[in-house]
Amino acid sequence: MIIEILIAFTLVAALATFFAPDRVSGKLAFALSLVPVVGSLYMWSLFDASGNALLQGSQVAFETNMPWISLGGYEIAWHVGLDGISLPLFVLTTVLTSLAIVSAWTPIDTRASQFYGLMLFMEASLLGVFSALDFFAWFVFWEAVLVPMYFLIGVWGGPRRKYAAIKFFVYTNVASLAMFIGFMALVFALGDSVTSLGLPEIAQATRAGEVGSYFGLGAGAIKTVAFAAMFVGFGVKVPIAPFHTWLPDAHVEAPTPVSVMLAGVLLKMGTYALLRFNFTMLPDVAAQYAIIIAVFAVVSVIYGAFLALAQQDLKRIVAYSSVSSMGYVILGLVAYTLYGVGGATFQMVAHGLISGLMFMTVGVIYNTTHTRMVGDMSGLADRMPVTVGILVAAAFGYMGLPLMAGFAAEFFIFVGSFGSQTLPFAPLFTALAMFGIVVVAGYLLFAMQRTLFGPFRLETDYTVGPAPLHDKLPIAVLLLLVIALGVAPELFWGMILDAVEPVLETGGGA
Amino acid sequence: MSLPSVTATLLQSGGALPEWTALAPTLALALTALALLLVDSISPETKNNALLAGTTAVGSFVSLAFSGWYLAAGTGQSGTGGEIVLYGEALVVDGMYLFFSAIFASVAAMVAIASYDYLAGKEYQGEFYALTMLAATGMTLMASANSLASAFVALELASLPSYALVAFLKKNKGSVEAGLKYFLIGALSSAIFVFGISLVYAVTGSLLFSDVAEALGETELVGVAGVGVLMIAGGFAFKTASVPFHFWAPEAYEGAPAPISGFLSSASKAAGFAVAFRVFVEAFSLSAIPEGINWVILFQILAVVTMTLGNFAAATQDTVKRMLAYSSIGQAGYVLIGLAALAGGASSQNGDVMGAAMAHLFVYGFMNTGAFLFIALTEHWGIGRTFEDFNGLASKAPMACAAMALFMFSLAGLPVGGGFFSKYFLFANAVFAGFWWLAALGAINSALSLFYYSRVVKAMWIEDATSEFEIRSKPVGLYAGIMIAAVGTFLLLPAFGPIIETAQTAASALFGA
Repeated sequence: MIIEILIAFTLVAALATFFAPDRVSGKLAFALSLVPVVGSLYMWSLFDASGNALLQGSQVAFETNMPWISLGGYEIAWHVGLDGISLPLFVLTTVLTSLAIVSAWTPIDTRASQFYGLMLFMEASLLGVFSALDFFAWFVFWEAVLVPMYFLIGVWGGPRRKYAAIKFFVYTNVASLAMFIGFMALVFALGDSVTSLGLPEIAQATRAGEVGSYFGLGAGAIKTVAFAAMFVGFGVKVPIAPFHTWLPDAHVEAPTPVSVMLAGVLLKMGTYALLRFNFTMLPDVAAQYAIIIAVFAVVSVIYGAFLALAQQDLKRIVAYSSVSSMGYVILGLVAYTLYGVGGATFQMVAHGLISGLMFMTVGVIYNTTHTRMVGDMSGLADRMPVTVGILVAAAFGYMGLPLMAGFAAEFFIFVGSFGSQTLPFAPLFTALAMFGIVVVAGYLLFAMQRTLFGPFRLETDYTVGPAPLHDKLPIAVLLLLVIALGVAPELFWGMILDAVEPVLETGGGA
Repeated sequence: MSLPSVTATLLQSGGALPEWTALAPTLALALTALALLLVDSISPETKNNALLAGTTAVGSFVSLAFSGWYLAAGTGQSGTGGEIVLYGEALVVDGMYLFFSAIFASVAAMVAIASYDYLAGKEYQGEFYALTMLAATGMTLMASANSLASAFVALELASLPSYALVAFLKKNKGSVEAGLKYFLIGALSSAIFVFGISLVYAVTGSLLFSDVAEALGETELVGVAGVGVLMIAGGFAFKTASVPFHFWAPEAYEGAPAPISGFLSSASKAAGFAVAFRVFVEAFSLSAIPEGINWVILFQILAVVTMTLGNFAAATQDTVKRMLAYSSIGQAGYVLIGLAALAGGASSQNGDVMGAAMAHLFVYGFMNTGAFLFIALTEHWGIGRTFEDFNGLASKAPMACAAMALFMFSLAGLPVGGGFFSKYFLFANAVFAGFWWLAALGAINSALSLFYYSRVVKAMWIEDATSEFEIRSKPVGLYAGIMIAAVGTFLLLPAFGPIIETAQTAASALFGA
């Protein structure tokens, strides 16, 4: 019941904020957004699920399952619940939304109430995406996320906001269509063996080998087509190179708090869905095409990193490096080992926090300097010591400094992928992907050296001084969370492993 | 005894209440029309808009309440003795009649509430509301017609007031021109329709749907009957604004007062489908009709051409109202899938796909009426008609623009409103019925429609204002109408289950399942 209450509360909060006066809306939205934070942390403390919500022998936490609509021979249910994979992302969503709302106080000065209302509306949809266990319920939320994001980029974005918003919208909408068709083909091929669109029922049926022929295609072909359609559909969201071209535009044009949500949570929708659909439902296809998927992963890692190396805009650097980091997630997934898939899930949370932190910190600097170009400024450390300190810490987190969340995640992934039995040439792929870290370190150190250190230089007609407290507070909190998760990955690691293990059982590999 | 069972015993055929009370949804609308005429004759030229709009709204709500009550109680449905046949089998009350009556009454209520502001200060207010109610009465009769004669009379009762309503702004050239065009094409298609009826009568010797079906099964005059069926289909194409009789729609919707555009494009279109569904399923039943008359192929062609033409034309428009007019042609194309994806034999898929089309019409009644009422609001404010004129409107009227964004996204099939489910269910049921290519073409068209629907949203919310708006007032009635439509559109997302179930049960009953 608590999931519905949180989603419904956030929706009502969104509506209330949307029509509130501009001047109070930021604080109102923050206060209201604390309720889901407290609620999700409370859920974390009560969490008692075991196993994977989609597979047999699981016990799902906070589950509701009631009939909703029937579509032909298929029952559609309002079915929500959390397991060890979705709960960490659920908590990530609530925490990051609250912090992003605070980080919006400085930059958002027009139509503020509408901005915060849309942020909360997006939060409600995201909570639904991570908790829905019925395909249609999940799809409603999945598509609903697009609507607030379109406005958030289109109304409050930079000079090319209209182009970026429509590009984001078209890319992800076409991707949804491909994914939808692929999934429905799979469901139809299951024939009479499923009577509902519940994700657990479908996942268990496909793993039990119930996929038959459909539309003149054999079971193997149907599974491959469905896998490919869903891989492309979700791959756009992740994004996996070469489907990533919407991302830099969206990130650069989006205002900081929106970039935070986009990188921190929206990209995780893609990897989460890949894990839930492709890698849980069709493990044999994933194993069969492991090399191709691993090539996508490694290309994303290396290509993303080199693209980041070539950028001058700090935000673009972080945006492209997200492509790189998401490549690690794909590599971990395709390895099909406990540490690989578990590490990939952990990386979703860790990267959510770290990339959110990076975008937020770059945003704080931009609020003061009004430029993000590496060549425009230097020596910022003198003028805004606290912010620069946090940025340096965040960058080291991104590079994978031990005792920070990114290190734990990438370490798990590499351990997992190195020993993969499913993926041929696993050590080679792992080594290639690890090379990405070197490039990351290269571009981040280079950018920091030029902007933060040395003599202060920035041609302005305004003073550059320390950021206000409410800019610094959210990044400090995020940094603490990143360190906390790095020191004690156990906060989520245990439940993630517990939920990941059943996925591997028929996946081949250990 | 629980309330439903009490009402069931009261209302079933042979129950405690006389059978004609089953027509209460129609009677409520007709009596409201008469009451409005009475007010108008006692005090002609009255400008007491509140009284007139209030009476109309109350009458519509009463009619809606009757429909909802009867649907819940099972009046005229298989649970309580099946359909109730009245007046020498001329009319029939069943689930389909009640379902469509609910659409007409809810649209009429929203239009009446919104007209309170739209008509303020204009002349002939009494006539406006009375004509609206008479048209709504005709529409409910169309949904209940059980013979070709009553179908034609009901269709005319719905059409004649509509012509007058389109030309209601009689000092406005556009409105009068639209009314004349609508009337001329309407008269032509009525003539074709009635000629088709006469051919069918010549072949079958009866006007009653059941007798027509029986006689058609044995006829040897397949050619004559085929021409008759084709002409009758033409009559419906006019009423539903489908190709090839769609030309009047953009003109009429653009010239008419905006609430009337909403009324015609939602309720009148639904009425056309109501009678088309019944005529083609009952009178020209696929299981009885000679093989030579394959009207399913006809509707497949019409569906594909209508949805494609409507969508492409909508994408090239400069004015919002005209875009909505063409998009409503495109939406008619989707609903035609309800007739195009049928198969002979007693397949349960038939009822499901037609029910999905009916459910889409129900949701469409809210979102499309809401969109036209928003246009009425902008006309009330004196804002221009093109997309550019809407630029930046959201900063002045966020609530109304939020509602309009909801209508647009729901029409495009995004999950912020019931339009998401109704469209997916319609396409999915077409796939279940084996017509995956119809669903695929529908999905492609639907994806295209996002382009022009989002143009409105983009103009209102994202573009910067190019001109100064002078928004002097926030008219209560228009806002109330838009908000009812918005809340309805949104709530139909979680509450789509009962709608689709009712619709599919009603449609299955038609197929005798």
